[in-house]
Amino acid sequence: MAELFWWVIFPYITLTIMIVGLLYRYAFRQLTWAAPSTEFFEKKWLRIGSPLFHYGIIFAFFGHVMGMLIPIEFYQALGISDHAYHFGAIYGGGLVGLMVVAGLIILLIRKITIDPVRIKASFADFFTVLAVLFVAATGTYMTIIYNTTVIEYEYRLTIGPWFRSLFLLQPDYVLMQSVPMIFKVHVISAFALFAAIPFTKLIHIFSIPVKYPTRPPQQYRSRSNYRRQGL
Amino acid sequence: MRIKAQVAMVMHLDKCIGCHTCSVTCKNTWTNRPGTEYMWFNNVETRPGPGYPKRWEDTDRYKGGWELRGGKLKLRAGGPISKLANIFYNPNMAEMEDFYEPWTYEYDNLIHRPKGDNLPVARPKSQITGKYIDKPEWGSNWDDDLAGGSEVVPLDPNVEKMQEHIKMEYEKTFMMYLPRICEHCLNPSCVASCPTGALYKRDEDGIVLVDHDACRGWRFCQNGCPYHKVYYNWNTHKAEKCNFCYPRTEAGLPTICSETCVGRIRYIGVVLYDADKVKEAASVEDPQDLYEAQLSCFLDPFDEEVQAKAKEAGITDAWLEAAQESPVYKMAMKWKIALPLHPEYRTMPMVWYVPPLSPIMNHITNEDDLDTDGYIPAVDQMRIPVEYLASILAADDKEVVRKVLLKLSAMRVYMRGKTVGGIDEFKQSELVKQANTSPEEIEEMARLLGVAKYDERYVIPTGRREMDDDLHYKQGTCSLEDLAPPEGVNPTFGYLKAREKNYESG
Repeated sequence: MAELFWWVIFPYITLTIMIVGLLYRYAFRQLTWAAPSTEFFEKKWLRIGSPLFHYGIIFAFFGHVMGMLIPIEFYQALGISDHAYHFGAIYGGGLVGLMVVAGLIILLIRKITIDPVRIKASFADFFTVLAVLFVAATGTYMTIIYNTTVIEYEYRLTIGPWFRSLFLLQPDYVLMQSVPMIFKVHVISAFALFAAIPFTKLIHIFSIPVKYPTRPPQQYRSRSNYRRQGL
Repeated sequence: MRIKAQVAMVMHLDKCIGCHTCSVTCKNTWTNRPGTEYMWFNNVETRPGPGYPKRWEDTDRYKGGWELRGGKLKLRAGGPISKLANIFYNPNMAEMEDFYEPWTYEYDNLIHRPKGDNLPVARPKSQITGKYIDKPEWGSNWDDDLAGGSEVVPLDPNVEKMQEHIKMEYEKTFMMYLPRICEHCLNPSCVASCPTGALYKRDEDGIVLVDHDACRGWRFCQNGCPYHKVYYNWNTHKAEKCNFCYPRTEAGLPTICSETCVGRIRYIGVVLYDADKVKEAASVEDPQDLYEAQLSCFLDPFDEEVQAKAKEAGITDAWLEAAQESPVYKMAMKWKIALPLHPEYRTMPMVWYVPPLSPIMNHITNEDDLDTDGYIPAVDQMRIPVEYLASILAADDKEVVRKVLLKLSAMRVYMRGKTVGGIDEFKQSELVKQANTSPEEIEEMARLLGVAKYDERYVIPTGRREMDDDLHYKQGTCSLEDLAPPEGVNPTFGYLKAREKNYESG
């Protein structure tokens, strides 16, 4: 029963909260939708911490796409041996994980020690950093330490197919039963974090300005056309 | 030809007394909320001086505005790709230190402190952290009236590049006031810097606004604007800027800074320009040609072809009439006595400045006997060096500033001769000729600059509400209209969104 909850019910609940929350905030609370920067207060530490963390997490995202979304058969078809894959995953993923963790720790220390940044930070700000740090730390631990000391765990046969089965709406929770505890903690905490996205500054993940390079530099908007287009 | 109308401003610096009334009324109107304490949509700087924020003209540091790279107009801070790469940390953005840490005073202590041996004091307290600031060291007008003197003045980037060392001895020093608002540029670099496209130029009147719903707080606009007139609200994490008091101008009223200007230095009017020409004009090779190039974008509102095209473009008769009466058109385009601030930034700024006449260094003692030629070198001997004015208003082209000063001198001599007498009429007319003006023009100029009647200073047509879609619905509705959807429209998702969007603000 617990298995059913953690690997079927919980992911769907958290994803639902995320999607409905995002839609709600997009429709009714855009005024609060921003990437809340504190660069105005402090630049020196941000300069190191922020790019380190953000670039790290972007690479980590692509790492997860490679491990979770792309089936193992794809790698086998390409002729990439399991060992070669894990070699890349441990070194690449480990480096990226360390970037994320180091960046977050710098940002956290900055948040605590720099007066204006601390005083203007809300509970949600601290919660977000600590929660992401927890998820990132477990992930990095798995990649670097667990994989090298305990076992080179083949998540592409268990977590990956289970994760994809969620999106096929046929969740195969049995796959998760044999997964080591630390991986389970990582997955559950990550899903909990997804649910927090609409309520925290993490919302800015969904405002990557992808259209910027293609739009004309100057923007005109007509007051009277404004409503007509429903922009 | 793509005709657009632009609401623009001229400031006659001769009349600015540096009273900061404009700044204060602006602040009380727009930026008296948490997060906006340090924002001065309007500020008055004493020049020479570093300005606000400190050294905003230092384009090497803040990288604001445009530059020509390989003959093409590019953002100095880098294009979209480099911006996206720097989105997690903007290396060129100013921080609080470059402005100041806003503070208030503990006034309450003056009233409620228990009786003691010493007089109660109101200690300064940070509005950011709430902690006491023992010694405030910089503020928005710390260097007012050259306070800080020889320590602060050399921080001015314009002074730095001047060849002649400027004198700070009391008898020889000079100063002027420079009130600044957002320039509402024809080629705004803040708009081009915004990754989300939240900043835009309004089609109807050219006012540059921030859509707060769309703004995601990426902060590139703050330093993308070479005039540093877009501010980052640390509380809401959105950009805010001067909005030309659009709720007032839409109603035909002047901006609050203009309305309350004690010296009547500000003029507001409509100009028509060809939007298709802007990019080309901003891309001319030599920065000193930018002034002329900018002038070439404007259209003559008396030209019948222009009028016809303007009507096609949806510009109403009221706006055309206003463009004909526009004081901005007269001063900046017709008489050419108003100059754009730092044209070399290539943003085509639309707040224009009439440079100040200043005391002449070698005091003219015998003005009665002075011949016309005497006035011409006098222009070069004014207290405020032409070089300095040219650095601010003409991309270092002294000739442009000289011409304006000569015209203003000619006006002064002519009007003095007319009312006081004593100046030979022939000499007068010779000066007028040299200054490339005419008695008729001078009379007209003197009336607008000197008499400065309210309805001649501000020729502002009301917002073109007749273009609105739902006028029929709005007719007879009360202020509760936002609670109900327009007639025939379902209260859908889209409508609610549009309704929120309607609270556009700057």
